[in-house]
Amino acid sequence: MPDLSIEFCGVKAPNPFWLASAPPTNSAYQVRRAYDAGWGGVVWKTLGTEPIVNVSSRYGAIDYDGRKVAGLNNIELITDRTLDDNLREIAEVKRDYPNHALFVSLMVESKRETWHDIVKRTQDAGADGIELNFGCPHGMSERGMGSAVGQVPDYTCMIVEWVKEAANIPVMVKLTPNVTDVRVIGRAAAKSNADAISLINTINSIVGVDLDTLAPKPAVRGNGSHGGYCGPAVKPIALNMVSEIARDPQINLPISGIGGIQAWQDAVEFMLLGASSVQVCTAVMHYGFRIVEHLASGLEGWMREKGYAKVSDFVGLSKNKIGDWSDLDLNYKVVAEIDQDKCIHCGVCYIACEDGCHQSIKWDKQPVADYLKQNSHKAHVLHSGGQTVVAGAGQDVVNLFSINQDTCVGCNMCSLVCPVNGCINMKTIDTGKSPMSWRQYQELLAAGKIDKIQPPEHV
Amino acid sequence: MPRAGDRLSSSQLRANFADVPPPLVADEARVEASRCVFCFDAPCTRACPTHIDIPKFIRQIMHRDEIGAAKTILSSNILGGSCARACPTEVLCEGACVDNTLMKAPVQIGRLQRFACDAASAKGVRFFEAGVPTGKRVAVIGSGPSGLSCAHELRKRGHDITVFEARDVPGGLNTLGIAAYKISTEFALTEVELVKQLGVNIQLNHAVDATELRGMLDEYDAVFLGIGLGKTQALGIPGEDLPGVWEALDFIFQTHTKPFEDCEIGKHVLAIGAGNTAADVATAAERLGAEEVTIAYRRGEVAMPAFAYEYELMKQDGVRFDWFAQPKRVVEKNGIACGVEFVRTKPDDPNSRRSKLAVIPGSEFIIEADMIVKALGQEPLLDLLNALPGLNVEGGKVVVDRATGATSVPGLFAGGDCISKGAEIVDAVQEGKIAAAGIHERIVQNA
Ligand SMILES: Cc1cc2nc3c(=O)[nH]c(=O)nc-3n(C[C@H](O)[C@H](O)[C@H](O)COP(=O)(O)OP(=O)(O)OC[C@H]3O[C@@H](n4cnc5c(N)ncnc54)[C@H](O)[C@@H]3O)c2cc1C
Ligand SMILES: Cc1cc2nc3c(=O)[nH]c(=O)nc-3n(C[C@H](O)[C@H](O)[C@H](O)COP(=O)(O)O)c2cc1C
Ligand code: SF4
Ligand code: SF4
Ligand code: SF4
Repeated sequence: MPDLSIEFCGVKAPNPFWLASAPPTNSAYQVRRAYDAGWGGVVWKTLGTEPIVNVSSRYGAIDYDGRKVAGLNNIELITDRTLDDNLREIAEVKRDYPNHALFVSLMVESKRETWHDIVKRTQDAGADGIELNFGCPHGMSERGMGSAVGQVPDYTCMIVEWVKEAANIPVMVKLTPNVTDVRVIGRAAAKSNADAISLINTINSIVGVDLDTLAPKPAVRGNGSHGGYCGPAVKPIALNMVSEIARDPQINLPISGIGGIQAWQDAVEFMLLGASSVQVCTAVMHYGFRIVEHLASGLEGWMREKGYAKVSDFVGLSKNKIGDWSDLDLNYKVVAEIDQDKCIHCGVCYIACEDGCHQSIKWDKQPVADYLKQNSHKAHVLHSGGQTVVAGAGQDVVNLFSINQDTCVGCNMCSLVCPVNGCINMKTIDTGKSPMSWRQYQELLAAGKIDKIQPPEHV
Repeated sequence: MPRAGDRLSSSQLRANFADVPPPLVADEARVEASRCVFCFDAPCTRACPTHIDIPKFIRQIMHRDEIGAAKTILSSNILGGSCARACPTEVLCEGACVDNTLMKAPVQIGRLQRFACDAASAKGVRFFEAGVPTGKRVAVIGSGPSGLSCAHELRKRGHDITVFEARDVPGGLNTLGIAAYKISTEFALTEVELVKQLGVNIQLNHAVDATELRGMLDEYDAVFLGIGLGKTQALGIPGEDLPGVWEALDFIFQTHTKPFEDCEIGKHVLAIGAGNTAADVATAAERLGAEEVTIAYRRGEVAMPAFAYEYELMKQDGVRFDWFAQPKRVVEKNGIACGVEFVRTKPDDPNSRRSKLAVIPGSEFIIEADMIVKALGQEPLLDLLNALPGLNVEGGKVVVDRATGATSVPGLFAGGDCISKGAEIVDAVQEGKIAAAGIHERIVQNA
């Protein structure tokens, strides 16, 4: 049985699934329920010196064609509870759950003493580690905190240094994605001896406008403010940023991956790219703590199948498969191929390629009678009231689609839109040419050793 | 004959005739819409006789534009709301849906279509206007689906339209003949209203005879014949005119012309035939409170002409089936029918609806019933058709050019059941559309 336990910058946890600092980690009541449900660790909802005051009407969401909350946006601030209450609860929870990881997120004004004070009180309460919230993109940033710190390398350095002066437990810096190059801030944190990095916090966003009232969403008496975006929609952005931090030779710190994790596969992807723990917020706000069971069971099954005994066996394995575009092989070629036995004749691939890609799918019409003769094994036929109807047919023909592999550029689009899993496969073509990257191509061109590659033919 | 109200309470009767299937609520509709893969050159659209752009209207529903969805539907089929309720979708759009293969169940196109049409109807949105007046006049005989569709299309093109209807209600079988749990009388009339809104004049209680029709061919620029069919076919057995023997249409019409309480209903209803009309009779009889309902058919289950889902509904309703039973005579008591004597048959090929049937000698038996319903097909209106010189009629069907709806008589066009000898509402609508295009072409050319 694979071992899911981890050690993250010296802190042990029963599994890599942690709750991100957010509403699910707002109180002892919730954190206890989360541990009981199976979460390996939590980052307590960000503490400040004084409780903040929130507005009402705080979240907005993007639904995608019937699925709820593909992306979530919020204008909520840090904890609205007193520091004393939070620290007392943290101490009690840590006493009752000694084997679960408990980090505490902190954010105070940029004064050395204020930071020293809160760091000491937090570690006195028994926290296993500290997370510095340099990412909150709304509200707190207008007061010179959160992303206002996390967007400026010098401020980041300064505050991490202050915190490290007082801390004797690990210090993790949570990065904001609202920067042009996330590595710059990551390097600043590393330079000041941070112990770990977590990312991403939420992305600046306006989630929508209400078409009846014309007010932004969420609306506070008809007005809004930009908020922070998270949930499944942000995962690819987060994966890229995690990958950039993981590959940067100047950083080299343990990473806690965050952003859009809702299924076990998401978590594994973060880990393959270099995260050794992951944090989840939106999916729990949507479905509750119980989803950790799916995360753990899926991860365990995958590790068993792949033969990984412990989590550290696979962390970072995909990291170095990501690099510059210029080093990719120009002589590698894939083309699409339709498995006609699986095709349901919806034509979605055809119109995608025809209008949006490379006009490489042929469309033929086959008389239904011929179709039935050749496809008795797969055709869905209904006889009713003396009539016969065949799924996928209409006006006595079935549309057949096939790839013109001579002009297919191998963009994958058709295989991405096909509703039938495994119906359109991208197969590798032997071009007979040895690998050549764009960099090598430029060199060969300059040396006059190669002809220019001709553009593909267009209709 | 007893009344339904003697056996069942009004609320029970109303519950019995509740819509099958029930309408979708908005959330259901959007989830169902999200199952559509948005096919290109979609099989469902090709399989729909009126070629409604189904993926388009489904996507409009998904994106909360149900009014736009209704416009998409009604632009191709002005009786889209009726078709949504009564089409045999299983052998049309839904039978062709690729989700049959992908998920073993089609997108519920009919119910989605109803959802959109109902939304537009609830808001009273008007989508169409009469065209710029052309000064051309067209007479439409019959206000059934084919006539309404033809009138609507011609009015949109600016022609002056008068519809002549023999009955005192417009809409033909769409108003009176469809099972009341599919299309209510009130709903059918709202769709007639859509056509009238454009300024189509419908003259009720005006049966057109052959003489008048011949005159119309001179008086009008064109005439459309959408007269449907006539009476239910006779069984050709002794006693079929006895009291207690009903015609399917009379039995069904009463569910539209009277309150359910006042509908006449036997204790044991015996329907002869196993087509869709027989199915409507049997399911209506169950709903009106008959104690036992039997379908007797001279062939077997496999050869039954009713659609599979109609058969399912009958079975759910508890209808009894007697296969291979050929009626010989109606049995009477004191001059009133009390049953039918049958003889068993043996077909050469039980799977075929056309194979020869042998009668098994000595196998006679009687099914007792106090209400016997003749539920075969309808007869063509040959009296009128044969009185029109030069009109080509074959096998009871008016012969038309399928591309234009033109009959063999210049200026006379036809569509609907009178050219098919009985099909569906949706076919009648499409044939009305085709004839409208044919008529327009002709009268604009002659201008
Ligand atoms: C019992 C039954 C159930 C059915 N159920 C369904 C169903 O569930 N789904 C479905 O899609 N289809 C169903 N159908 C078929 C559908 O009703 C018809 O296909 C459709 O109504 C045909 O339309 P039409 O315009 O050709 O004729 P009709 O609807 O029959 O209309 C013809 C009209 O012309 C009028 N008329 C006739 N002669 C004259 C004249 N001389 N002068 C003036 N007016 C005249 C008639 O009074 C009538 O109003 C059913 C049919 C029957 C009989
Ligand atoms: C309502 C809400 C409040 C949040 N509050 C905090 C916070 O106080 N401190 C913090 O570091 N991150 C906060 N976050 C950001 C989350 O911790 C997390 O970084 C982000 O939601 C991305 O993860 P997800 O896609 O799993 O939600 C908040 C997020 C949400 C939705
Ligand atoms: S891979 Fe791209 S170019 Fe090739 S057939 Fe598919 S969509 Fe067209
Ligand atoms: S998208 Fe897939 S299922 Fe649809 S036609 Fe293309 S190959 Fe067939
Ligand atoms: S066939 Fe089915 S999936 Fe395809 S467009 Fe029509 S309803 Fe949608």
